[in-house]
Amino acid sequence: MAQAPTAADAAAPEAHSDGEHEKTTTGLNHRKLLMWAFLASDCMFFATLIATYLVYKGKSKVGALPEDVFSIPVTSVSTFVLLMSSMSMVLAYAALRRGSLKGFRIWLLSTILLGSTFLGFQVFEFYEFINHEVTIDCHEFAANPDGFSPFEAGIAGDECTEGVDEYEGIHGLTPRTNLFGTTFFTLTGLHGTHVTIGVIWLLGLFFYSFKKGAVTPARHLDTDLAALYWHFVDVVWIIIFPVVYLFGVFEGFPT
Amino acid sequence: MATEQMTDDHSLAAGPAGSEEAESHSEHPTPLTYFKVAMTLVVLTILEVVLFLIDALSYGIIPVIAILSIAKFALVGLFYMHLRFDHRLFYTMFVAGLILALGVVFAIMGLFSWFDV
Repeated sequence: MAQAPTAADAAAPEAHSDGEHEKTTTGLNHRKLLMWAFLASDCMFFATLIATYLVYKGKSKVGALPEDVFSIPVTSVSTFVLLMSSMSMVLAYAALRRGSLKGFRIWLLSTILLGSTFLGFQVFEFYEFINHEVTIDCHEFAANPDGFSPFEAGIAGDECTEGVDEYEGIHGLTPRTNLFGTTFFTLTGLHGTHVTIGVIWLLGLFFYSFKKGAVTPARHLDTDLAALYWHFVDVVWIIIFPVVYLFGVFEGFPT
Repeated sequence: MATEQMTDDHSLAAGPAGSEEAESHSEHPTPLTYFKVAMTLVVLTILEVVLFLIDALSYGIIPVIAILSIAKFALVGLFYMHLRFDHRLFYTMFVAGLILALGVVFAIMGLFSWFDV
C-alpha cells in the first residue's frame, strides 16, 4: 500500500528501497506477518505427521520396531547440536543488530555448520536403520526367549534351526518395512527437509552479506525471517525428540 | 563479542529513524541472556533423557516430559523467536496456529480410536 513518503522514509532510503518499511494496514511488516502465518500453518502440517505417527504406533506386525533401532544417546547428541544452532542463530541476529557484521558472519557460519552436523547425524541414523544388523546367539535364544524383542524372536524362530549356533543378517528398516518405518521416515524426513532448506537459506544469507550494503543493522529483516524459520525447525524437533524417540522406546505403551 | 563494533567496510551505524526498529518491539535481550536460555535448554534436555532412562516414574514420566518439552518450546519461542518482545499480533497468530495444531492432533487420534486403547 504505497503512500506519500514521510520524513522517516526520507531518512531511511536504504530500508525503503527494497520495500522493508512500507506503510501497511496493520502497521507491521507484511513479510514478517507472512512468515508467522507460514509458521503457524507449518505447526498444523507437523501436527498431522506427529498424530499419524502416534496413531500407528504399536500397530506394526513385521519388521524392526523403535526399541530395536533407536539409539537415545546418539539422538540426544544431535538434539544438543540443533539447540546450539538455535543459540548461534540468535547470536548472529544480535550481532547484526548491534552493528557487528563480522560477528554476524561468524555466528551465522556456526549455525550453518551445526545445522549441517545435525543433518549428518540424521543421514547416519537413516543409514544405520536401513542397514540394521541383527545378531542372535541361538543357544541364548533357546535358553531365554523372553530376553529378545518380538522382532528378534521372530527372526530367531526362522533362522535358529538345528545346528545353527549364531545368526547374523541385515534386517533393515525402510519406509516400506512397516507402519512404524513409514510414519517415522515421513515425519523425520520432512523435518530434515526443513533443516536442509534452512541451511541453504542461511548459506545464501551468508554469501549475500558480502554484497555491499545488503545486510546492515537497518536492514535486518532478511536475517530476522531466516532466524524465525531456523528456530521453528528447532521447536519442531523439541517436540519430535520426546514424542518419537523417548516415547518410542517407552515400555509402558502397548506394542 | 559484546563490545565488538562494526569493523567491516560494509558497515553502517544502527538504522536511522524509521527503520524496521520503529515498527516492532521493545528492547531485545543481551547475548548473555541468549546464552543462559541455551544452557537452560540443554539442562532441560539432559533432565528429559536422564529421567527417562532411570525409568523410575513409570507412566508419571509422560506429564513430566510433556512439561519439560513445553518449557523448552516456550523458551525458544519467547526469547529466540522474540515473541516476548515483538508485536502481540505475531504472538497471537502463532499461538492460534499451535491451538489449531493441537486440535488436529487430538482429532486425528480420536478418529483412529487412539484413546480407546
